[in-house]
Amino acid sequence: MKITRKDVENVALLSRLEIPEAEVETYTGQLNAFLEYADVLTSLDTKGVEPTAHVLPLKNVFRADEVKPSLDRELALSNAPEQENGYFKVPKIMEG
Amino acid sequence: MSYETVVGLEVHSELKTNTKIFCGCPTTFGGEQNTHVCPVCLGLPGVLPVINEKVVEFAIKAGLALNCKINKFSKFDRKNYYYPDLPKNFQTSQFDLPIAEHGYLDIEVNGQTKRIRITRIHMEEDAGKLVHSGTTINDSSSACVDYNRTGVPLIEIVSEPDLSGPEEARVYMEKIKSILEYIDVSHCKMEEGNLRADVNVSLRKTGTTKLGTKAEMKNLNSFKMIESALAYEIERQTEILDDGGHIVQETRTWDEAKGMTVSMRTKEEANDYRYLPEPDLVPIITSDEQIEAIRAGLPELPDARKKRLMADCGLSEYDAAIITTTRQMAEYFDVAIAQKADAKLVANWMMGDLAKNLNGEGKSISESPVTAERLAELVNLISKGTISSKIAKTVFEEMWKTGDAPEKIVKEKGLVQITDTKEIEGIVDSVIAANPKPVEDYKAGNAKSIGFLVGQIMKQSKGKANPAMVNDLLKAKLD
Ligand SMILES: [Zn+2]
Repeated sequence: MKITRKDVENVALLSRLEIPEAEVETYTGQLNAFLEYADVLTSLDTKGVEPTAHVLPLKNVFRADEVKPSLDRELALSNAPEQENGYFKVPKIMEG
Repeated sequence: MSYETVVGLEVHSELKTNTKIFCGCPTTFGGEQNTHVCPVCLGLPGVLPVINEKVVEFAIKAGLALNCKINKFSKFDRKNYYYPDLPKNFQTSQFDLPIAEHGYLDIEVNGQTKRIRITRIHMEEDAGKLVHSGTTINDSSSACVDYNRTGVPLIEIVSEPDLSGPEEARVYMEKIKSILEYIDVSHCKMEEGNLRADVNVSLRKTGTTKLGTKAEMKNLNSFKMIESALAYEIERQTEILDDGGHIVQETRTWDEAKGMTVSMRTKEEANDYRYLPEPDLVPIITSDEQIEAIRAGLPELPDARKKRLMADCGLSEYDAAIITTTRQMAEYFDVAIAQKADAKLVANWMMGDLAKNLNGEGKSISESPVTAERLAELVNLISKGTISSKIAKTVFEEMWKTGDAPEKIVKEKGLVQITDTKEIEGIVDSVIAANPKPVEDYKAGNAKSIGFLVGQIMKQSKGKANPAMVNDLLKAKLD
């Protein structure tokens, strides 16, 4: 087992996911299964194969530096759980 | 115990594009909160960012000006972290294939040139701005977020830890600013946060090579702040090490009011950015031709310009360094000497009366009421002997007030230098007659008395007599 319970809890924290205690075991198993599959892939000989930076065969898609209309502020704020004076309002950031 | 200070800088510079890096929102500073936002920069689901071509051009320009190798294959990555100024919960940045790498910048400290290696330059998006409800960031119960700045294009210039103290760090930062201004990719207004630095600092025992544990100070946006914060941090770390303690690797913030750095503990537990390739943006491939075209379009940079002014115009290294500090000053100088004005005199006037007047009114040289052409005319009047340098100061003040041509001022105010021997002789005679005591003193061997007599003659001629002629005539009559 590469992934431990602790890893799952840590990744969940970093991703702001709340995982019920009962499911931690399930995810630990599933994540390990993914990694085992990745191990199969790493056993392939990729010498001389260029790393894939992107799955699409595209490059150099640019935009001209021209101003486009922005959103109306009321609309921009319309999905915010809390707002104040045209700002998005968020909970306390720093540890006290 | 004696320690060596090891400093590295991560300089963030906003680029002066019209629009943000991945959307068409304007980058204008000071707009009302949350009015320069759209679904792309707010990180709403299902949007497709597209890179602004100017950002790539500006980043390559900066890379070339800082002697970097441009990566012909470059891509974007997502840097994941949670902070409310980042609506997507990741910052679109560059990880393993930044646009430029392996550069350097030569700085001048105490007459010595030192090469500071530049690790990399990458493109990324700026974050939003937090307004705290409490008096400090630590005691706020909530925060307000303005996303206008979110997505404004940045380049981050990362140096190797080659700097050895507060002064070198400041000089390095000043030179970065100067270069970015020369190549015209950033407004570089530090007070608006256009240009700011994260400073990494650690100490190690003198003579050892292993790097000590570092502290990082974020978002320092003035030269003074960089110097003060570093000086404080060096003292703090020295004390801890002297007491046998350990430095904690952490982010600290500079508290201007208290004059100290303070620890910034965030709720984020693990500092793991989990970089991953950005699937919404495709790679940027740059050809040799494109790179060379951008290189050919670069202006003459401060170092080259300084050398030219020393070699071609005979300026001292000190004068040349000051004149080339900003591109505006260097260009002002070039325009003036193109009018065949004496280079050394032009430099003196720029660093003297002009600088004094500009500073006094808080103006930049491009706003100067005395244009480079006008200053050249003034200098030429001095060189030709039409006016004395002393009278030139009066003329300059008048030019500053009215913007008029110096010739016009000299004519209207009757300031033309008196070079007529007869006329000067008359004044010399009357001064000798009126001051028998100093005349006697001089004849008795007190050489200083002649200075008094010259002063009287200049006064009587209202500063217009040619000083060299006054000296010659006076001596001829007394000796
Ligand atoms: Zn936008």
